[in-house]
Amino acid sequence: MKEAWALFRRDVVLAWREGGTIGTALGFYLVVVAITPLGLGPDLNLLSRIAPGVLWVALLLASLLSADRIFHNDYEDGALDVLVTGRLPLELVAALKSLAHWVTTGIPLALLAPLLGLLLNLPTDAFPLLVVAMLTGTPALSFVAAVGASLTLGLRRSGVLLALLVLPLYVPVLIFGVATVSAASVGPASPWPPFLILCALSLASLVLAPIAAAAALRTASR
Amino acid sequence: MPLTTSLAAHEISCQRGGRLLFAGLNFTLAPGESLLVTGPNGVGKTSLLRMIAGLLPLHAGRIESGERSVPLPELCHYVGHLNGIKSALTLRENVDFWVDFLGGDGADLEGAYQTFGLAELKQLPAGLLSAGQKRKLALLRLFAAQRPIWLLDEPSVSLDTPSVKVLDKAIAHHLAQGGISVAASHTPLKVRFTRELSLKRDPLQ
Repeated sequence: MKEAWALFRRDVVLAWREGGTIGTALGFYLVVVAITPLGLGPDLNLLSRIAPGVLWVALLLASLLSADRIFHNDYEDGALDVLVTGRLPLELVAALKSLAHWVTTGIPLALLAPLLGLLLNLPTDAFPLLVVAMLTGTPALSFVAAVGASLTLGLRRSGVLLALLVLPLYVPVLIFGVATVSAASVGPASPWPPFLILCALSLASLVLAPIAAAAALRTASR
Repeated sequence: MPLTTSLAAHEISCQRGGRLLFAGLNFTLAPGESLLVTGPNGVGKTSLLRMIAGLLPLHAGRIESGERSVPLPELCHYVGHLNGIKSALTLRENVDFWVDFLGGDGADLEGAYQTFGLAELKQLPAGLLSAGQKRKLALLRLFAAQRPIWLLDEPSVSLDTPSVKVLDKAIAHHLAQGGISVAASHTPLKVRFTRELSLKRDPLQ
């Protein structure tokens, strides 16, 4: 337990201190969403109709920006060797690092989303569900990103490859995330069915992704 | 965590990038024994240490410790070419993380800070340390948690002469307590290693 807390706390502190991680993701999210209306014109009805989709797509891309940091820095400076010889199973190490990524990226992005919803004329009734859906869906993003990050360890310019690997896996989260928010903002369907599937996606990746990431980490040191 | 154990390698071989580096290697180390691995560059010294630490899979053979209940990697401290320290954390935060993560009690730490001359620098971000100080910080990991097997890959690189002496003493003390140490080093350490393993390049390859 002490080991797990130490690792989680270290990763959160590093994300905060090394800068860039949280700030870049938030800044990217803000800029992408802010320039969308400039490209589409001032049609408020159109904007509010596409707002859930734009918010989710921008969130996926923003959370990908820092995804390669989940393991890359530890691999570069040799800290990964220490993590492997520690007492925690590698699966748990991968899970804790993914969790730290979610706390430092997923949560800030989800909390920023309502503010950006204003820019896109998203109905304010949908704001609570927007935040809840994003808080529910973003763990899946961080945990799946960890698999991609561990697979691309040691490659140069791994960021682009990581995006190619991981973005297709984000599609289910995107579809059900958008469906949840759209149901709340436009109606008439109930937001519950897509929301529950979103929960299932996150729970499944919470369990399965660390196993895949740990397997990839074991081969990375070869 | 047991403080003494034995270490034995049976017929191990190592393949890297399709090339067989060494094969049929055997050694046995009883508690308190030490092994110096020598040989030219690229002959597989680092690979051997990484195999013992479980960081590299064995191509053939097996490595086992006398302690069956604990997996071998958890008995080992591996200090490799990379220091494994975090520049954004202070020296103290780095060490405290190792104590917690590796499950140590940090009892020997204060003395180790003193002998390595890092006691004054505890609050400094590790990124500001010199190369030699970073190396000493990496070596502090040996004291953060008590583990019986020390795997040291060129431990004295970029250390000044007094620090090499401190390291020598630390290894000797570790061995006297029944620990095991396996080191790969070009610069001779003062510690008298009980065994020496000289890896040679296979002339056929």
